Parts: sequence; C-alpha cells; structure tokens
Amino acid sequence: MTALAVSGLNKTFGGLRVTTNVNLKVDPGERRLIIGPNGAGKTTLFNLITGEIAPDSGSVLLFDRDITRMPSRRRTHLGMARTYQIITLFARDTILHNVRLAMLGLSPLRWNPLIALNRQRDLTVQCRNALKRVGLEHIAERPLAQTSYGERRRVEIAMALAQNPKVLLLDEPFAGLSIDERQDVRKLLRAIPRDVTIVMIEHDMDTALELADRITLLHFGEVIVEGTRAEVVADPRTREVYLGE
Amino acid sequence: MTGRHVAIAAAVFALIAVPYAITEAYYVNVASQILLYAIFALGLNVLVGYAGLVSLGHAGLFGVASYVVAYLLAADHGHAVAILASLVIGLVATAGFAALSLRATGISFIMITLALGEIIWGLAYRWISLTNGDNGISVTTRPAPFGLSLATASGFYYTTLIIFLFAIAATAIFVGSPLGAALCGTRDQPRRMNALGYHVWMVRFLAFMFSGLLTSLAGILFVYYNQFISPQTLALTASAEVLLMVISGGAGTLLGPVVGAALVVIVKNVVSGVRLTGLSGAVLVVIVRNVVNGLFEHWNFLLGAIFVAIVVLMPEGLVPGAVRLTRSAWRAANRQKTAAPSVAGPKQ
Repeated sequence: MTALAVSGLNKTFGGLRVTTNVNLKVDPGERRLIIGPNGAGKTTLFNLITGEIAPDSGSVLLFDRDITRMPSRRRTHLGMARTYQIITLFARDTILHNVRLAMLGLSPLRWNPLIALNRQRDLTVQCRNALKRVGLEHIAERPLAQTSYGERRRVEIAMALAQNPKVLLLDEPFAGLSIDERQDVRKLLRAIPRDVTIVMIEHDMDTALELADRITLLHFGEVIVEGTRAEVVADPRTREVYLGE
Repeated sequence: MTGRHVAIAAAVFALIAVPYAITEAYYVNVASQILLYAIFALGLNVLVGYAGLVSLGHAGLFGVASYVVAYLLAADHGHAVAILASLVIGLVATAGFAALSLRATGISFIMITLALGEIIWGLAYRWISLTNGDNGISVTTRPAPFGLSLATASGFYYTTLIIFLFAIAATAIFVGSPLGAALCGTRDQPRRMNALGYHVWMVRFLAFMFSGLLTSLAGILFVYYNQFISPQTLALTASAEVLLMVISGGAGTLLGPVVGAALVVIVKNVVSGVRLTGLSGAVLVVIVRNVVNGLFEHWNFLLGAIFVAIVVLMPEGLVPGAVRLTRSAWRAANRQKTAAPSVAGPKQ
C-alpha cells in the first residue's frame, strides 16, 4: 500500500505546462522532500494533490483510494492536511481560534448553530495541546495580528497537526524564518510520529535535507531525479538544475 | 460578564418602557418602525457582515413575504394561514435566491442579487392579476394573537419588540456558534476553509436561509404596519437603504444594524417634520436656522450628508467607530494619569 500515489498527472495554465506527466509514490510513514527551483511547479503539484485545482489528466490516490475528482474538503476528512507557502490564516482572530477552526473542520459540531463555540472545553483543551506541540501555548489568546512571522508559520503547522492527519503536506515550512526559528521548526517536524506521512516542499535544499528519506527533484513541471538523499545529491542533473552547469 | 448582563437587562427594560415614556402614538409607531427595520437590517447583516456577501436584492425577499400576507388576506384567508404561508414562501424564495447568487462572490454576487431583486420588483409591478400592479394591495385588519390587539400603536410595538428580541438573540447565538465561526471563516479565508474540511457553499447557503428568515419576519411586520404593499417597497432604493443601515451602523456587529436602522428611520420620519422656529435676531442666526430647516426639509440630502460623514470619520460604522474613539480617549486619559508623576521623577 502507498500513502500517496500520483500517476501521469498533467496540468497546463493556458499555454504553460506547469505539471508534466508527474509520477510519485510515497510510502506510509515516509518523509518525502520535493525540491526544485522557483517556478518548478511544486506548489501546483500540492494544489493538484489537495484538490484545490483539478488536473487535466492523471490520477491521485490516497491509501489506494482514487481521490482525483474529490473536493478538497472531503480529502481533508480522509486524513490529508496541508500548510501554505503564503501564510493563509484568520488575521482577525486569536491563535487559539485559528487552531480551533482547524479542529472544528473535522468535527460534526461545525454545523451546530446553537451552542457557544468558546464553551466547548474539550475542543479548547485539544487546541491548547496542539499549540503546546509547536511551543505556542503561552500566547494562545494573542490576536494573530500581534504575532511574528515565525510564530505564524508555527500556527500553520499547529493547524495541520490539530487535524491529526495521515498525510501531511508542508509547503515551504521554513520560508522566511531566521536560523533559530529554522532550528525550532526542524525539531518540531522531527518529533512528528512515523504514523504520519510527510511530503514537504522546500526551495532551499540544505535546510530540509536531513529530514528527508527520499527526495524528488522537480524542474519545469517534470520529475528530473528521484531517489534517496545520497543518490539525489550525487546526481549530476541535480547540480545542473541548481548550479546551472 | 455580569456587567454585560446588567446592560442587556437595562436595554430590554428601556425598550419595554418606550410606550409609557412616549405616550404619543406617532412616536410609538416610529419606535415600531425602527425595530422592524432593525430586524431587516439584522437579517441582511448576517450576509454582509458575517459572510462578507453584499446583497442588493434583499428588498425583493422582504417584499415576497409582504405580498404573500397581503394576497392571502385579500383572498379571505386567516392571519395564521397568511403568516405561515408567508414564512414558507419567503424561505423558498430565499433558497432560490441563494442557489442562484452563491455561484459567485464579490461584485458578481452583488450584481446577481441586484438582478434577482429587480426581477421580483418587475413581477410585483407587472403581474397585475396577482399583485394589483402599481395600485398595490391593502390589508384591512391586523391580527390579535393571545388577546393582544395589534391595532393599537403599543400593541403593535410590543409584538415587534418580541420578534426583534428573538432576532437579535438568535443572531447573537448564531454568531457565537460553531456554524457562525465557520461562516466568518468563509468570509476571511474561503480557500483555507475548504482545505480545512468545511463545505463553504453549504455554510453560506445556511447563513442565507437565516438571513431570509429574519428578512421575511420583517416583511410580515411591515405589511401589517403599513397595511398596504406596493412595488415601491421592493425597489432597488429599498435594498440600498437597508444596506446603508447595516454599513452606517457597522457591518459584522450585533448592534450596528440596529443603530443604522434607528438613524435612517429617525431622519426620515422625525427630522423631516421638525422645523426650528423662533430663532431670530442676528443675521447669522437666521441663516443658520434657514440652512438647518432646509436640511430637515430635504431629509434625503441630510441622510446623504450623514452617510458621507460616517464614511469619512468612521468608515467601519457608527458602533465600531464609537468603540474605537472611546477606547483611544480612555487610553489618552490613562496615559496622562501615568505620565503625570514621572515629570517630577528623574529622567531615565
């Protein structure tokens, strides 16, 4: 069984081919790193996997179940969660409320128009636990507008973790972070148990390299190299893409 | 928390006392109008304020509810039948409105609701066998539920007050509920909400239905209040007026639409009839008097000027604007208090 299987995936925006015949097989518990220069089609691939855009052809399988035509929200209910490269949070609300919305998204409670949301103590406790995992519990009540960029990155991750996903898609979780913050996030990602499969996009190879089991190199929408960490690093085509030789 | 409860109790008590405080039937009727438009504005605010969807066709839904009551009463049906049928048909019309307009957001949503509102207006105007066209339909009697006759000004006021309290309590509960939080989420980050597992379309649809329920209730009260309905009630200007109530008072707040409704109804009904007299003497005083009287007479102009002033001074609306100004005044006062002793102390 594979956790995530992408086969023959194609997508064009007008005349621009952003995803060309992409095949990807990720095993349960694996840490897969997707690298590639700017415009390689990494985020588009994520959007195709999560269903935010529909592919022209090809298929996406989650634990051997075909989800190619399934709306995003249902994929989430099947255990897929993602973070965004461009931070997409609820700026008017507190950190706690952001995580609460993430947790509520999978609960049947979300349809209830009669109970008071902030009195759901179980939910609040779970949210605080999720925030504890990313080290933000002490500022749970702080409005998001008053948080730093690094804290917001961690809120993104907390929201994904709060959904208890089976497959976690991280879109540049280190983007824009300082060296210290990178250390914190790296530690945080390393602590995620192995029953969670992680697919991570990273623009900068060095940062995330040590977290990866296998690496896929994407260039102009195509998979150029795929293999273990050592294989991909040693491959001349990797050097070519990154150094332009 | 208790302070809040006291404030709510005081407000409810004040609302109950209105017919005793102002015995003149005319002003009690103005109070009824404020409350019924407040219900309408609360309904629209669910969409404008919490869903981020601006509707310019809500007068159409309001009118559907009004027309159903008027039509059924004219056809010799009882009040209970007329009111129930009006709620049902009002909700069916809302569902149709929602199904068509929720295909879009933003400007497209506004344009679709505007078009739908105009269609309903056109039907009211042209489908003469059903609506009596431009002549409208008169309603001769008001109901008397549980022995409370709505024929008197105070009887009608209390009925409107009960429905108003239901509307504002229902809105408060809805906004604080998980579904309300989901709705605000779809306003701020619809894409994210979809990725988090929410059915964005359905959340918006349910909010639209709640909005339609409050709008229909207001429409029923309106036709009993005026005892007359004509296509004018459904016109685009009516949709725009209630939207201005929501925006001027403060969209996305509980009290904003109520304040906005009070502002518009008071300027329209009260100020337009008031004239400054007896001020004479200096030329300047006479000029001021004449300008003020001119403004009062042309209340449309005055209302426009007030809206411009609100947009310039408090773009977020009267209620949030007032809160902001009070807070900054409070902070300034505190700063002065804490700054005072440090003047005497050594500089650091």
